[in-house]
Amino acid sequence: MEYCELSLAEMGRKLDAGDVAPMELLERHLERIRRLNGTFNAYVSLNEAACRELLERRAGRGARRSNPLAWIPVAVKDNICTAGLRTTCGSRMLERYVPPYDATVVERLRDRDCLILGKTNLDEFGMGSSNETSFFGPCRNPWDAGCVSGGSSGGSAVAVAAGMAAAALGTDTGGSVRQPASLCGIVGYKPTYGLVSRRGLVAYASSLDQIGVLGRAVEDVALVTECISGWDPLDSTSVAREAVKVDAGEAPGSLRVGVPWTWLSKGVHADVVETLRRAIAKLGRAGWVFEEIEMPHASFSIAAYYVVATAEASSNLARYDGVRYGFREDAEDVHTMYCATRSAGFGDEVKRRIMLGTFTLSAGYHDAYYLKAQKVRTLIRQDYLNALGRVDFILVPTSPSPAFRLGEKTDDPLQMYLSDVFTVGVNLAGLPAISLPAGFSEDGLPVGLQLIGAAFEDERLLRAGRAWEQAMEVPRSCPTAVKKALAT
Amino acid sequence: MTISKAIVEHVARLCRLSVRPGEVERFQKELGRIIEYVDKLSEVDTSLVEPSSHGLEGTTPLREDVRGPGSLSREDVLQAAPASDRGHFKVPRVL
Repeated sequence: MEYCELSLAEMGRKLDAGDVAPMELLERHLERIRRLNGTFNAYVSLNEAACRELLERRAGRGARRSNPLAWIPVAVKDNICTAGLRTTCGSRMLERYVPPYDATVVERLRDRDCLILGKTNLDEFGMGSSNETSFFGPCRNPWDAGCVSGGSSGGSAVAVAAGMAAAALGTDTGGSVRQPASLCGIVGYKPTYGLVSRRGLVAYASSLDQIGVLGRAVEDVALVTECISGWDPLDSTSVAREAVKVDAGEAPGSLRVGVPWTWLSKGVHADVVETLRRAIAKLGRAGWVFEEIEMPHASFSIAAYYVVATAEASSNLARYDGVRYGFREDAEDVHTMYCATRSAGFGDEVKRRIMLGTFTLSAGYHDAYYLKAQKVRTLIRQDYLNALGRVDFILVPTSPSPAFRLGEKTDDPLQMYLSDVFTVGVNLAGLPAISLPAGFSEDGLPVGLQLIGAAFEDERLLRAGRAWEQAMEVPRSCPTAVKKALAT
Repeated sequence: MTISKAIVEHVARLCRLSVRPGEVERFQKELGRIIEYVDKLSEVDTSLVEPSSHGLEGTTPLREDVRGPGSLSREDVLQAAPASDRGHFKVPRVL
């Protein structure tokens, strides 16, 4: 029995029934990581000893699990702080950084006796859509090792898709949970802004960043979300609400969905359009209702996002100066040290974004760029609010194409940015969204589609996700390149 | 708008990045392409629109200025420092 390929919920049931011992489940995962991580590069750091120690202490003879996440092996993206466990953000700048504290979400996982297997690979500081900007090398797609995993939560997506973790935490600033989930054939969910604490998440763009969840099934994602969500007094952007809780078996309610066809008319891969049409037909037969909606400012999302996000990033990354933590390049005076440290510690994409952000905030350009982008943000947000006043959810592709080849878009940063077209608007508007497996391309690569909900309607969105799974019946199988790697 | 060499050098100075002579042209080209793309924002009529710094409504909550949970000890914090001395972060000369 391939325990590593079961859903998280199924693993839990097997543990409770005594069909598998907790240590055995852990060892199977560690073995799988040993066999696959060399090829797929999902993990940057592992936490083996601590996991074994926790089970020895808490899962001994006669012990019973206290909650659905107990003794379940999960992975955490490497821009989320874990006390005593290296947190690199995929950057030379923090290559050796060990945080003195746990992020709130990590504290909450630990409180449930969840096993933190290790830290996953990511685009440097969360900046990227392919996991190719990581200082530790790219991840490979579990369905085709010559293709990208997507990013920036590439490692988390690969770990889950390849059975190297039961679920994973990722972060989503412009699509970085949803897009790699789509490219790797799994579920990726970004909560409404403020529902999950950002304390201990290394900031990229503070008004956009959210911690999200990746899993092989919506039920799994819901179980992890219940643990990590809910008000945190230590995060001033955390909203005063309870944890998101979805009860199994609860009916989804109204499933009226808007599709902005005008926006999808060009630049989308034929296989993605075909998958969308097939999904609408299948879901329609299951009782979902579809109508056309307009989103007049959607085509400005990328421009608005890349001004706002990079401006915020230029401010957030000013702290990496070689003084208090991380990499330092010594020099005669402190100013030279700042420049030398930052130039050697950051990769090219991070430098590009810092410079872009600095430019749009600088005197003489601030009004034309940053202020303008903030106004367009208002209009984009209004588009979503108007649409969600008429329908329950919006349906769009997650990514305009299936996974592309490694190296295909690295020469042209703008080309890479354009692959975020369907995800960034959601962050600008602070809304919840989920990428769900919908089918495969002609080349056998996964295609995900995205449901977007109204602010704080996360429970409804997750229930719709479960209804989607039941209606779509997308087969779950071991990814092609993983099967190949395990056979050798 | 086009990004001149002077702009790249000015911006680099502002954000404390040193751009090597061989790199200036490349960054000029790449940033130029991106700025050219985001220039499309000028097509949108925003004359009657308020800017948003955030996706959702809300204000920053305030609390009493007293030490609370989540504080780190000085030892914890200095652990990660590249250089420290007698409870301080140590840096090269400032002036």
